Amino acid sequence: METTEPVIVVEHLYKSFGANKVLQDFNLTVHANENVVVLGKSGSGKSVLIKCIIGLLKPERGRILVFDKNIPDLSEEELDAVRVRIGFLFQGNALYDSMTVRENLEFPLRRHRLRQTQAEVDRLVMEALENVSLPHTVDMMPSELSGGMLKRVALARTMILQPDIILYDEPTTGLDPVTAREIDRLIVQLQHKYHTASIIITHDMHCVKNTADHVALLLDGQVYTEGTYSDLESSSDPQVKQFFE
Amino acid sequence: MALGRDIASFLEQTGLIGRFTGRFFSAGLKPRYEFREFLAQCYIIGYESLPLVGLTGFIMGLVLTMQLRPSLIEYGVQSQLPVMVGIAIVREIGPVITALIFAGKIASSIGAELGSMKVTEQIDAMEVSGTNPFKYLVATRVLACTLMLPVLTLLGDAISLTGAYIGVNIRSVTSFRLFFDQVFASLNFGDVLPALIKTFFFGFAVGVIGCYKGYFSNKGTRGVGNSANSAVVLASVVIFIIDLLAVQLTDILGLN
Repeated sequence: METTEPVIVVEHLYKSFGANKVLQDFNLTVHANENVVVLGKSGSGKSVLIKCIIGLLKPERGRILVFDKNIPDLSEEELDAVRVRIGFLFQGNALYDSMTVRENLEFPLRRHRLRQTQAEVDRLVMEALENVSLPHTVDMMPSELSGGMLKRVALARTMILQPDIILYDEPTTGLDPVTAREIDRLIVQLQHKYHTASIIITHDMHCVKNTADHVALLLDGQVYTEGTYSDLESSSDPQVKQFFE
Repeated sequence: MALGRDIASFLEQTGLIGRFTGRFFSAGLKPRYEFREFLAQCYIIGYESLPLVGLTGFIMGLVLTMQLRPSLIEYGVQSQLPVMVGIAIVREIGPVITALIFAGKIASSIGAELGSMKVTEQIDAMEVSGTNPFKYLVATRVLACTLMLPVLTLLGDAISLTGAYIGVNIRSVTSFRLFFDQVFASLNFGDVLPALIKTFFFGFAVGVIGCYKGYFSNKGTRGVGNSANSAVVLASVVIFIIDLLAVQLTDILGLN
């Protein structure tokens, strides 16, 4: 893979909740058009990391440079401007349950592309749904969809503003193996189509294998080791091997 | 020991609600304004509450009249029934009962809605999509509550007085015009305005408390239920406290 400009640089990040030190001197770099998987056990701080990157949580120390802007230092307005360029797929999908699928997808468009005509909005909504093979769900409510469909609609909403970066929080958790592999394929397809950089938080090794250009293993609040999937798979370190067994 | 903890918890809650209210004034009222959502909330909070407020107001007027009649007959002042019912409804019972009904319906609904959005990360999703959830969800609902409760109270008073008119006519015959002429002749500026002004505060309290309880909901679905429940209880108590302060204030200002 050719080297490109870094779009996310996390340096010496510290985050704790009371006495629970979650991230301690965490460092990570993500380049444009690169899928980085952060692998770790449950409760190791993976979700905390991406919530710090998107500005939902404030770290105690350290820098999080996204497009050369340090997220913890940004004002609310500056943060909103950066967030428009970042998509975030929540573990629980977080679709607005009082809105139809169409309204869920229109919501970010109406907030950020104010001058778009209804025809243009409709076209983008349908394109996003076609990307995830669910155009027929456009007028359905989230409560009428299955778990896999919800995940795909959430992915469509994440992609609708065509962000430069996508943060995936456990994208395959709670899905059956077939649907989980479909989500893996969609992640890779969308990366190729829109040239996004991604951080994928997961402990699903199939997802890691299918989506990762680069893998960082999070252990004790730090990157314990990193490399390609093959590098980690062939490691003899017991801390690494336990994930592949 | 337990009493000390309760007092500390009460003071902490009061402080947090105060800070939440301050945030409403400092951030919620600044552009960008969410007009579409505000109008949608006015419809949900105002228009959709009207049948309930109307029904309870009608029954309240009817029952109040039927209950007062025997006492007034006893003292030989039954002709004053429209006057007494009018003053009671417009000055006190109408605003307070409407506010309590409103708190029961709206504070619980807002508490549960925002609480559910919180625990399912919908509020976080809004935030990461570059939309300020405080402006979009909280400011719009608080403003809609503040503006809709006075409107509902005026309509509720009118429906309640209509119920009272029917109540008067159950045992005697009074014309619609005579009844309302007597009611309006007995009311003055000092009866109507303070009663109306306090409903803005009632509405504001219901909106702030409902939003606060929902916005900071936690502990999963049980937390959502607790948010809805505690929003109604707290809003109802605060309505009575505001009413007490309003009565004291109008007394001091000589508006009674």
